[in-house]
Amino acid sequence: MKLEGEVRIPSGCAISAVISKEGNLMTGENIIKSMIPMHDRSNGLGGGFAGYGIYPDYKEYYAFHIFYNDNISRNKCESFLKDSFEIVKAENIPIKKIPEITDVPLIWRYFVAPLSSTLSRLQLDEKTYVARTVTKINNEINGAYVFSSGKNMGVFKAVGFPEDVGRFYRLDEYKGYSWTAHGRYPTNTPGWWGGAHPFALLDYSIVHNGEISSYDANRRFIEMFGYKCNLQTDTEVITYIIDYLMRRQGLTLEETANVIAAPFWSTIEKKKGFDKEKYTYLRTVFSSLLVTGPFSIVLGYEGGLMALNDRLKLRSMVVGEKDDKVYIASEEAAIRAMEPNATNIFAPAGGEPVIVKVKEGKF
Amino acid sequence: MKRVFVNEKWCLGCHLCEYNCAFANSGLDNMAKALKDKKIYPRIRIEGDENINYAVSCRHCTDPMCVKSCITGALSIEDGVITISQDKCVGCLTCILVCPYGCISQNENSVAQKCELCLKNSAGEPACVKGCPNNAIVYEER
Amino acid sequence: MGIEYIYPEFEVVRNADRCIKCGVCQRQCANEVHKLDEDLNVMLSDEAKCVNCQRCVALCPTRALKIVKSDCRLRENANWSDSTIKEVYKQASSGAVLLSSMGNPNPLPVYWDRILINASQVTNPPIDPLREPMETAVFLGKKPEKIQRDENGKIKCELAPQIKLPVPIMFSAMSYGSISYNAHESLARAARELGICYNTGEGGLHKDFYEYGPNTIVQVASGRFGVHENYLNAGAAIEIKMGQGAKPGIGGHLPGAKIVGDVSKTRMIPEGSDAISPAPHHDIYSIEDLRQLVFSLKEATNYKKPIIVKVAAVHNIAAIASGIARSGADIIAIDGFRGGTGAAPTRIRDNVGIPIELALASVDQRLRDEGIRNNVSLVVGGSIRCASDVVKAIALGADACYIATSALLALGCHLCRTCQTGKCNWGIATQRPELVKRLNPDIGYQRLVNLVTAWQHEIKELMGAMGINSIEALKGNRLMLRGVNMTEKELEIFNISHAGE
Repeated sequence: MKLEGEVRIPSGCAISAVISKEGNLMTGENIIKSMIPMHDRSNGLGGGFAGYGIYPDYKEYYAFHIFYNDNISRNKCESFLKDSFEIVKAENIPIKKIPEITDVPLIWRYFVAPLSSTLSRLQLDEKTYVARTVTKINNEINGAYVFSSGKNMGVFKAVGFPEDVGRFYRLDEYKGYSWTAHGRYPTNTPGWWGGAHPFALLDYSIVHNGEISSYDANRRFIEMFGYKCNLQTDTEVITYIIDYLMRRQGLTLEETANVIAAPFWSTIEKKKGFDKEKYTYLRTVFSSLLVTGPFSIVLGYEGGLMALNDRLKLRSMVVGEKDDKVYIASEEAAIRAMEPNATNIFAPAGGEPVIVKVKEGKF
Repeated sequence: MKRVFVNEKWCLGCHLCEYNCAFANSGLDNMAKALKDKKIYPRIRIEGDENINYAVSCRHCTDPMCVKSCITGALSIEDGVITISQDKCVGCLTCILVCPYGCISQNENSVAQKCELCLKNSAGEPACVKGCPNNAIVYEER
Repeated sequence: MGIEYIYPEFEVVRNADRCIKCGVCQRQCANEVHKLDEDLNVMLSDEAKCVNCQRCVALCPTRALKIVKSDCRLRENANWSDSTIKEVYKQASSGAVLLSSMGNPNPLPVYWDRILINASQVTNPPIDPLREPMETAVFLGKKPEKIQRDENGKIKCELAPQIKLPVPIMFSAMSYGSISYNAHESLARAARELGICYNTGEGGLHKDFYEYGPNTIVQVASGRFGVHENYLNAGAAIEIKMGQGAKPGIGGHLPGAKIVGDVSKTRMIPEGSDAISPAPHHDIYSIEDLRQLVFSLKEATNYKKPIIVKVAAVHNIAAIASGIARSGADIIAIDGFRGGTGAAPTRIRDNVGIPIELALASVDQRLRDEGIRNNVSLVVGGSIRCASDVVKAIALGADACYIATSALLALGCHLCRTCQTGKCNWGIATQRPELVKRLNPDIGYQRLVNLVTAWQHEIKELMGAMGINSIEALKGNRLMLRGVNMTEKELEIFNISHAGE
């Protein structure tokens, strides 16, 4: 069978997330628990997590998590990195050997900063340069795959059921102010570590449940701007869309949601004044970034989460609250597993983003 | 009341209406059987020359001269439709003389005939209208 | 006779049992095929004049007529086909260039028929357009590369001028002169009712039709017929016609016989003079000249109208389109080699240009490779025959489609391909008043509205089956397409997989 990158991989899935609005830190234990009642939404071909605020000691540095097939690819990648980055720390990501997780690649972690001389030579801002480097490694260095590249955040993923993946990566030893999780049910791949979710670029990470029908329209548009959809997964293209709209076009989260899950024209017609103008404008200008077909996604970023459903609400997604925490999951059961006393449980309407931000200064 | 109106702007002079009329009033179910090798006596007729054509048929006047002048009471108004009882007609042709529009004619038996909007035959609605390829004849309320 | 004689192509078959000698066929045939012989009391046919337009067949009240292909053929020869040989005879007799009308009828590949559309099963749901919203609206025109905000951080929402279409279909250019007043009226009224656009072609805009301006694309072609300031400002957009799919690289010629009355006034040329459009625009010998014309037209219309540049699909169309996209044009229209025409030299029509499917695939990809696809909209025409052709075109990357032949079919055209004679029995490609009146715009416009409405329903059904609820998400979505009967190279150009992959 073909792997990710050789063929388009649609998949159904389970997602879950938690965030503390006060920036209180939580270990990864609870988010692992949330995936247990949704076991049947995955098929053992991929699970993963993203934690935010987990690397406070290195928060000025980009944390690269990289899978290597072997030491040859590692040496190649490391020598490439050394040319243009200051590497302050390089280490194996700690794991616990468990029978459920097999065929483990080399899993490394680097805390890096781009050399200022390189940036000034290329006249690039830091983020653009880092994003390009990630794209370059993933495209050009055979056997090396960067699956996490943000500051003070990290993605942990593997082939297996999510609850096993969480134990494997010893997530109970990390503390973060927000966590997202994903269990994968791909229909078209034998499973590959890099293909598991979350998918991340810089500090944006996406967990996604659904199969978008707009995939190739979105892909072929976004690839005009230097992105390369190597994995051919929905999550990948949605991540790039969000990076493009937010980082490169400077849209806000709400505006981004209005592009990805744009209101119907009939809804826009009923809006008044500037709102109507703005919705029309965004939908017209970024028409090729409208995402159709069923999806529920949780976008993680530095200091917040955004949950979003497709316009027709073709995938389940619920939100609940308790104290300073907001919970999001494919099923209420997952929320209850994290917080049995969660309140205000509701299912957000299709296309209506739920945005939760950590208080300024608390992350 | 709905009446048949003609619009000479769109009349092509194809004469289809005449044949459709003759067929509709033939009482037969096949046009070839009804009209083949026969002279037709349609109740609508195309008039005109090379530049203009128009269909002529009864206008179902509200104050019809033909009904007033009929000596046997063969012509009468039923729900606004001027109808003819051919049994009563003696073929005096007074109606043809008085009709200002030239809409009444004789049938093959020299009895007066006129458009009755196909209400009494199997067409059910004016066959000339239905068969007009260019909407030059319409059946409508005005 | 003798050496010049060519046996008629068609035979008129008249069922004597059915014929009632009503004479409708005789009165309706502008080619004078049918005649009642009063002495014999039979309808006779002069089949040499028949063009198989089916007018008599359609109007015969007893279904007594049919037109069939003559079986009097030359000896079969796979190399020298019947039509090839007869064309030689005709040219040996006349010494002239052969003329033809409508699109290329030859059995060249129709790629639409080799492309199949996807549908959702299990992993994602199809959407029922009768129950869920299904959006088909598109905006044609240049989109900004970067969002701008004012000092308060509000997005500046001014867009370059756009054409908004509720369905991605427009009627493509057909001039007043090549088609009749009533055909134009039908197109204009239908465009208004549908909220789409029709296109004047290069014959100018009849004074009666200025009221349809918001639904009109006014064309500026190499002959500049009918172009003046009010004309330019009358429409929703201006189209610079560089070429036409049926006759790339050559101009046009409307014979003086058709330049009568209002046609002459609308074209702003004397009655009876031939309207000859040169092959090139004589102010455009290169891409930089095109840019000047684009901006001259923008200046003349105060930058309020999108400018369309229409080109024929030719070999290096991708590079040409890239040049146009950088010329300031807002929309590129590409016309494929099966596109129709009122008259074109047969050799040109049948041998010059390339299929629109391939042109579209390579242009869309090229503009994306250069990162400028969003700077310009892409409209394709040249034989879009049905709703699934539209869907396939959009999925290959078009923003909208131009239709003309299908629109004419809706108006009654039976594709007899003899427009050049000016004796169109259906009142379309003619200026003879008695023939023009055969097309009643009340009927014609309604049929056009019906056609596009029906296609819109079908487009929605096809989109819904794919699980797509907005046409934007279909644009360029080539994953929704699979090829059959294609070579590796063809699949590569289309950038689609083979069915089963």
